[in-house]
Amino acid sequence: MIFDFSNYDQLLPLVTNSLIVGAMLALVGGLVGVFVINRDMSFAVHGISELSFAGASITLLLGGNVVFGSVIGSLVAAIVIGIMGAKAKERNSITAVLMPFGLGLGILALSLYQGRASNKFGLLTGQIVAVDDPQLIAVGVIAAIVLTTLLAVWRPLTFASIDSEVAAARGVPTRVLSVLFMVILGLAVAASIQVVGALLVLSLLVTPAAAAVRVSRSPFVIPVLSVSFAMISVIGGILLALGSSLPISPYVTSISFVIYLAARTIAWVKNR
Amino acid sequence: MVTPVLSITDAKLQLDGRVLWEHLNLEVKPNEFIAILGANGSGKSSLLRAILGQLPLSAGSIELNSKKIRRGSRRIGYVPQSRQPETTMPIRGKDLLWLGLNGHRFGFWAQNKTAKAQFDHIIEAIDGLELQNHLISEMSGGELQRFRVGQAVISEPDLILADEPLNALDYSQQAAVAELLNRESKEHHAAVLFVTHDVNPILDMVDRVLYLANGKFRIGTPSEVLTSETLSELYGTPIDVVRNQGRILVLGAHDSHDHHHDEEWS
Repeated sequence: MIFDFSNYDQLLPLVTNSLIVGAMLALVGGLVGVFVINRDMSFAVHGISELSFAGASITLLLGGNVVFGSVIGSLVAAIVIGIMGAKAKERNSITAVLMPFGLGLGILALSLYQGRASNKFGLLTGQIVAVDDPQLIAVGVIAAIVLTTLLAVWRPLTFASIDSEVAAARGVPTRVLSVLFMVILGLAVAASIQVVGALLVLSLLVTPAAAAVRVSRSPFVIPVLSVSFAMISVIGGILLALGSSLPISPYVTSISFVIYLAARTIAWVKNR
Repeated sequence: MVTPVLSITDAKLQLDGRVLWEHLNLEVKPNEFIAILGANGSGKSSLLRAILGQLPLSAGSIELNSKKIRRGSRRIGYVPQSRQPETTMPIRGKDLLWLGLNGHRFGFWAQNKTAKAQFDHIIEAIDGLELQNHLISEMSGGELQRFRVGQAVISEPDLILADEPLNALDYSQQAAVAELLNRESKEHHAAVLFVTHDVNPILDMVDRVLYLANGKFRIGTPSEVLTSETLSELYGTPIDVVRNQGRILVLGAHDSHDHHHDEEWS
């Protein structure tokens, strides 16, 4: 039997940290995702997450802080893709080159690692066990940095993302903003990996925003919907996983996917 | 004497070892409408990019409102060619206007009464009330350019740069968009630099023409510059300028590159 909710009230306190972290990641992922769609960078997100995974695996092997390792891996990838792949066409090939390299490096580090096996899989496919306090703090700090920066540059970043020629003429520092966004994206990916894992980061950073732009055209409603969709996926995923023997990530990705399908269906019915 | 909006002094631009123009002097006054003409590759759009600080001059200087130019400016409005942005993000007509008004400002979205009044004024002026909620990806070229003009003028700039804004529009749309740009720029005494390869849709509103060819240029009123004599001298080869029913046709204006136009609307 997959679900058993009989002692749910006793289990719930165990995942308080997971729920808090999940909510923070949903907020970050939902908002950053809007700009991932704006800037057409879905594939780059995947590339960044593989290098983030490599960074995390290497620090796990060396006995360092995993969050720190994944942040470094993310930032390196984000900046390389940001600088070398300024144009969308080049970005895809750079990303495709980095991705297997990062994944291979990570697998190498994990094969050499002698510790608990659940740690290994956690980085790729997401956490099963509850999030501990240091992790909670690390994700909290990253989320705070990302959210503050993102809200501060929201308007000029939107302008630079969807209308860069005019934005540049108006004096918006488009190049600075694009590097800044890569850093924000790198941090968001590194934080998300802690819960959903490197392979499933897209379900937090792309799917909710992609669903939101299907059902709304308003620049105010889209971010709100995107965050709500991410929130439902993550919190829903954690709560369902609690009553089952399966990890969190399949629930998160499934809910996220169902929301996307529903959004497409609604858009299709509306436009018919 | 009116202070010039834009002063270009002894400017030279060299790209990949080729001199696009040099010793260029141009003072643009408020309300002036200047057409920038010339063959492909003559450096028309590069001049706009130099004014925006995106291409460094090889020599000389450019000043906007008596201050050395920087990369872009709030005092500049910009009208690009009619093309769709490369994003899957839904963008409505009114979003373009709002970005033109406060897209450069930091912080999250905030609208005040003055901004709303400006928006209402411009949406009326460009006849965009019904279209404002339409996605720009679903607009015709002419409809999109109306919003582009609105976006450029809504912040009441001193200088409007337009880079082939009438490209890919049919003739009646060209006239309407050009007329709108002229009217709205005059409202706040903005000067206009208008890059185009066809002067005819804007002939009535042009005060001066800057004609670029073969690394050289001529500046003057349309009737001074757009003559067989001046253009033949500029191109160094015989050029016929034909005037017919208020339209101007330049015959024999070879491209400086090998684009094989034997004639082109100037």
